[in-house]
Amino acid sequence: MEKFVKLTGIAVPLDRPNVDTDAIIPKQFLKSIKRSGFGPNLFDEWRYLDVGEPGKDNSNRPLNPDFVLNQPRYAGASVLLARENFGCGSSREHAPWALEDYGFRAIIAPSFADIFYNNCFKNGMLPIVLDAAIVDQLFRETGNNEGYKLTVDLAAKQVVTPSGQAFPFEVDEFRRHCLLNGLDDIGLTLQHSDKIKAYEERRRQAEPWLFN
Amino acid sequence: MSTQTLYDKLWQSHVVYEEPNGATLLYIDRHLVHEVTSPQAFEGLKIARRQPWRVKSVLAVPDHNVPTDHRDEGIKDPVSRLQVETLDQNCADFGITEFKMNDQRQGIVHVIGPEQGATLPGMTVVCGDSHTSTHGAFGALAHGIGTSEVEHVLATQCLVQKKSKAMLVKVDGQLGAGVSAKDVALSIIGKIGTAGGTGYAIEFAGSAIRGLSMEGRMTLCNMAIEGGARAGMVAVDETTIDYVKGRPYAPQGEQWDKAVAYWRTLVSDEGARFDAVVELKAGDIQPQVTWGTSPEMVVPVGAKVPDPAAEADPVKRTGMEHALKYMGLQANTPISEIAIDKVFIGSCTNSRIEDLRAAAAVAKGRTVAANVKLAMVVPGSGLVKAQAEAEGLDKVFLDAGFEWRDPGCSMCLAMNADRLEPGERCASTSNRNFEGRQGPGGRTHLVSPAMAAAAAVTGHFVDVRTLA
Ligand code: SF4
Repeated sequence: MEKFVKLTGIAVPLDRPNVDTDAIIPKQFLKSIKRSGFGPNLFDEWRYLDVGEPGKDNSNRPLNPDFVLNQPRYAGASVLLARENFGCGSSREHAPWALEDYGFRAIIAPSFADIFYNNCFKNGMLPIVLDAAIVDQLFRETGNNEGYKLTVDLAAKQVVTPSGQAFPFEVDEFRRHCLLNGLDDIGLTLQHSDKIKAYEERRRQAEPWLFN
Repeated sequence: MSTQTLYDKLWQSHVVYEEPNGATLLYIDRHLVHEVTSPQAFEGLKIARRQPWRVKSVLAVPDHNVPTDHRDEGIKDPVSRLQVETLDQNCADFGITEFKMNDQRQGIVHVIGPEQGATLPGMTVVCGDSHTSTHGAFGALAHGIGTSEVEHVLATQCLVQKKSKAMLVKVDGQLGAGVSAKDVALSIIGKIGTAGGTGYAIEFAGSAIRGLSMEGRMTLCNMAIEGGARAGMVAVDETTIDYVKGRPYAPQGEQWDKAVAYWRTLVSDEGARFDAVVELKAGDIQPQVTWGTSPEMVVPVGAKVPDPAAEADPVKRTGMEHALKYMGLQANTPISEIAIDKVFIGSCTNSRIEDLRAAAAVAKGRTVAANVKLAMVVPGSGLVKAQAEAEGLDKVFLDAGFEWRDPGCSMCLAMNADRLEPGERCASTSNRNFEGRQGPGGRTHLVSPAMAAAAAVTGHFVDVRTLA
């Protein structure tokens, strides 16, 4: 899992409450045996004017010009601003996979659905809960200022606006530790990398044929 | 130094790090990969932007979904095709060696590992497949893992494990003519039950086991999982070393001598302590036939279908009644009166050259019975197929009315087009007779290759020893 320490990126405002996981990634894409490559189909029904199907070439599909992600000024966004109860509905982990694959690393909302919130951490993505009034302010500032960037600082547990205004947030300590260090189960094992390498070296001496 | 079991030695030599709570980081020497359980693991690596720790430890092959005929036409089922193509792509992306579908070295993952010398004595071997226990035949520690563990091993070359208890299954004496390793495996499972080995690593030992070829030992270790054990193993001896010698991935020259010297130490020490011991007499073992829907529901071919009424344990009795209903069998029917519809000779249990020879010896000069709709022989690998053809076995089978197919898992689990129709009864050399395993409603009887061929040519189960 990729580390998350501090990130400064374009914020995109998705101004709808109760965005469910079916909207994030529609069910026809769950047949995939993959868990990456969902980015082009993130918010598929909102982003495109036609119906998306697995395997379809997304590059020449008609885009919905009204959908916020399609506006050039938000290209390359890595922070998603959302409204309450983001990520409700089915527990599909494809939802954080799709958001991550698209390029989002942090989501800021007044509230999140529970399972989705958990799934984000497992996939190296940081969901941040801020007061509805603060989220409102961020929505306004993002909309009014092209190129508006937010800094999400997990180490300091705060979101900082371009003008330097800082909003502290809460996050579970263990989850924070794992994200800061990029630790999933594999990450925890990789903390012993030096031991694995030392072991390997011993075996290479004793049983060189294993490393041919 | 205290005495050690083979399992102790294999375990200890792979410990990277031990947590105070006993959880151990175990180093993995060989990682075998197939198309069904690997795609999400590779995706996980890509998402986390990780590389395989030691790419040369990985060997991949598509086997579960590949068609066993008309391969030149590709894979028709889109889901199967996608899985195989995904494996191809992942191997290309990460630089992993893969024997693709049309490579002659392609075959069932548990057949090709040993065949290539990719499985060696003293190794830890894992694969996202429960029958990885097969590789223990080489004095290796081998077991199946799940997809998240596949990703873990790819990324770290290690698994987090806890040590099992050790069980010794000792078979002494001489196996009778017509009695094979498959019959030994089924007899053991009949004795200890499908949960008998749960929590254990089993070492198979005794003079009858030492007398088995590597093919036979693989058959035996393959079915350790059906006895509940994640790992089965056999100590290294001359048979092991002879088999490994000269294989493409085996060490050569100076390294070979050094390796052999080490491999010879891979035996349980005299007086080593096991947590459980089970003993069988080889001379008592008869050709076996399963009658139910669990590998432990097995009897000698000369016996009758058991009667649930005679079972005192009410839970077992209900299980038996249920199994008989599914299998469409009456209690007390002689096994030899059960007619069959199909025959499957193949799977990672019994698709090696020796298995095909044993089946061909029975099929030779005979014909598949009229009531048998399909009798298919599916070699375990392209190389097994070529060897069999060089020996003329394909001709023997074809002349007798068998179909001679391309290598893969095939009707062992019916993920490709090869399957039983509802109600069809099959004499199968595979390892699982679960409900629906070979197709929805299909009825599977597990037998040895010789017994399967005997059933094919008579149309019903028969003691292969009476065919002589
Ligand atoms: S032959 Fe059967 S048991 Fe063996 S790996 Fe293939 S599906 Fe699994």
